[in-house]
Amino acid sequence: MDLQIALLLSQDGITNGAIYALLSLALVLVFAVTRVIFIPQGEYVAFGALTLASFQAGKTPGTLWLLIGAGVITAIVDLVAAARAGKMKRLPQILGWNIVYPAVLAAIVLLLKPTGLPLLAQVVLSLALVVPLGPMMYRLAFQPLAEASSLVLLIVAVAVHFALVGLGLFFFGAEGSRTPAFSDASFDLGMVTVNGQTLWVVGASIALIAVLYQFFERTIYGKALRATAINRTGARLMGISTVMAGKLSFLLAALIGALSGILIAPITTIYYDTGFLIGLKGFVGAIVGGLASYPIAAAGAVLVGLLEAFSSFWASAFKEVIVFTLIIPVLLWRSLTTHHVEEDE
Amino acid sequence: MQVKKIAVAVIGAVAAFAAQADINVGVTLSATGPAASLGIPEKNTIALLPTSIGGQKVHYIVLDDASDTTTAVKNVRKLISEDKVDIIIGSTITPNSLAMVDVVSEGETPNISLAASAKIIDPANPKTKWVFKTPQNDGLMAAAIADHMTAAGVKTVGFIGFNDAYGEGWYQVFVQAAEKKGIKIAASERYNRADTSVTGQVLKLMSVKPDAVLVAGSGTPAALPQATLKEKGYTGKYYQTHGVANNDFLRVGGKNVEGTFLPAGPMLVASQLPDSNPVKKSANEYIAKYEAAHGKGSVATFGGHAWDAGLLLQAAVPVALKKAQPGSKEFRAALRDALEATKNVAGAHGIFNMSAGDHLGFDNRARVMVQVENGAWKLAK
Repeated sequence: MDLQIALLLSQDGITNGAIYALLSLALVLVFAVTRVIFIPQGEYVAFGALTLASFQAGKTPGTLWLLIGAGVITAIVDLVAAARAGKMKRLPQILGWNIVYPAVLAAIVLLLKPTGLPLLAQVVLSLALVVPLGPMMYRLAFQPLAEASSLVLLIVAVAVHFALVGLGLFFFGAEGSRTPAFSDASFDLGMVTVNGQTLWVVGASIALIAVLYQFFERTIYGKALRATAINRTGARLMGISTVMAGKLSFLLAALIGALSGILIAPITTIYYDTGFLIGLKGFVGAIVGGLASYPIAAAGAVLVGLLEAFSSFWASAFKEVIVFTLIIPVLLWRSLTTHHVEEDE
Repeated sequence: MQVKKIAVAVIGAVAAFAAQADINVGVTLSATGPAASLGIPEKNTIALLPTSIGGQKVHYIVLDDASDTTTAVKNVRKLISEDKVDIIIGSTITPNSLAMVDVVSEGETPNISLAASAKIIDPANPKTKWVFKTPQNDGLMAAAIADHMTAAGVKTVGFIGFNDAYGEGWYQVFVQAAEKKGIKIAASERYNRADTSVTGQVLKLMSVKPDAVLVAGSGTPAALPQATLKEKGYTGKYYQTHGVANNDFLRVGGKNVEGTFLPAGPMLVASQLPDSNPVKKSANEYIAKYEAAHGKGSVATFGGHAWDAGLLLQAAVPVALKKAQPGSKEFRAALRDALEATKNVAGAHGIFNMSAGDHLGFDNRARVMVQVENGAWKLAK
């Protein structure tokens, strides 16, 4: 092992770590606001990447049908609830988001033939398809159970994960896909070559983290999310809708997931079930941050990336063992240093 | 009233008779889960198999085992005890098939496995009496790679394989084959099929400067080490195993896998085979059938193993029918004996000549060396 190898491994570790960091932030966000351990986080990574890959292969991505299907079901559920509560003036809003929006997207995708569009437009279209699935999933799977214990929510999250993996296999097939790089540029820095896509990943991750920070510090919605995370009941008493907070946190999680997938699709091959493992590594990072602290979670995720890169060099057969064993000392340390509070159910 | 009762009784008797006389084939495949890229073409192929053999109707009962050992065993128990099948085809992968050996021998039901490892039909184990298989043994393929390496002047090899039964099995057979030819394995690395990066393993491989690298993976995940090796500037030869022989590998691998050598069943390059090769006709027939149903270029060699299982069945069932009726213990035993006596059946992957000591029966005609050239499979000289 010389300096050059160490530098190459660090570069690799930081690239993957940046993605894990994004996912760990999404996991912390969702858990803080809704108490859901968001197992299906990884599926958005796969859906984002594979939707883009389908556009490039000239196919209609299956996520379009998923969006339409989920939209129709959400609309029915919402309409029934609105009718019961006698709030029919919400009708245009419900129909607009759940029926009209997917229909407009379907028209764009089917009529415009996105294969010929520039990469940026394809990326935007992929995000537009995948991200709304986040709040729809919250509405269908988690909102009816919002007051349940975190164990019930975890079980539902596992169920949603399996459902989405199955749909992924059905939509995209068993084999993986790659997408072309955002830039083919590469920079020689003495001993190592840094390629453009690595910079894209790291740069986009940092930018997204900065935007999220601004969002939480400066906007009313960000503050509402933070308030809900700190005290659900208190936030409700102050007039913050927990339903809105839940949907918003799932929207952000879906956005972060899909964007992560689009960022790494040129570096690696993405399969319908790739997301789970990536999400799990983000989860290790989130655990390091105690599912509460954003900066520690991000740092933990980068640590996971580095540990993974170096252990794949030294002992590739035990790489996953090493990465996931990291949880044990972290949990020990956390349970010894933090004051334990029973969750009141 | 009386007439009605009689009619019901007659219909019932006829239905019972028909059900008894039909041949039931139980199938358990890994159509979902990590081995789905192998299991799906196999499942599609089962749908193309004939629904009548030797004048008897054949029912196929297809179950999915999700690439999971426990589910495969559960499926087999259900097929034997509830569906009373005469034969079981599957499973797709070695761990599942190994776990099924006990169950099928206990149920005295013949089994044609579609998994690769020679351990499934190990003649030293009395339980494997009931088990047959159609894919080439890994050992046969490993020997082909070792021969090709020797001819190409390769002295040292870097090995990178899946961190599971596939990679481990290949490592063992390749070590044996390489030892015989005096080829040194300079480094041995592992990775997972869902890994997003293999930079660490690749740097380790390159640090020992091997003449060639052998990637032991299946389907598109096997393209990742090659892409990383190319990116880091490795200039030696690349070898893959027959686990990558589908068009998705070429799609994902692109120019990174250009020039790669791999051993494969002759079906992969059927149209390039000389007309004298008996495999050519059988393979082309299968390819034509599959592509008619699923579109051009959709065929994968994995499905060929299921097709071959069907061909073995078509050869063995008429023999067994002379001895006993389907649905009986005697029929299953007769079917097993007939399978073991299979001679000169030309499948899509080779010629089957089975015996008590060899429940696969392939010879060197069941493998060719193939090279990736201009994004297509090319028969290597």
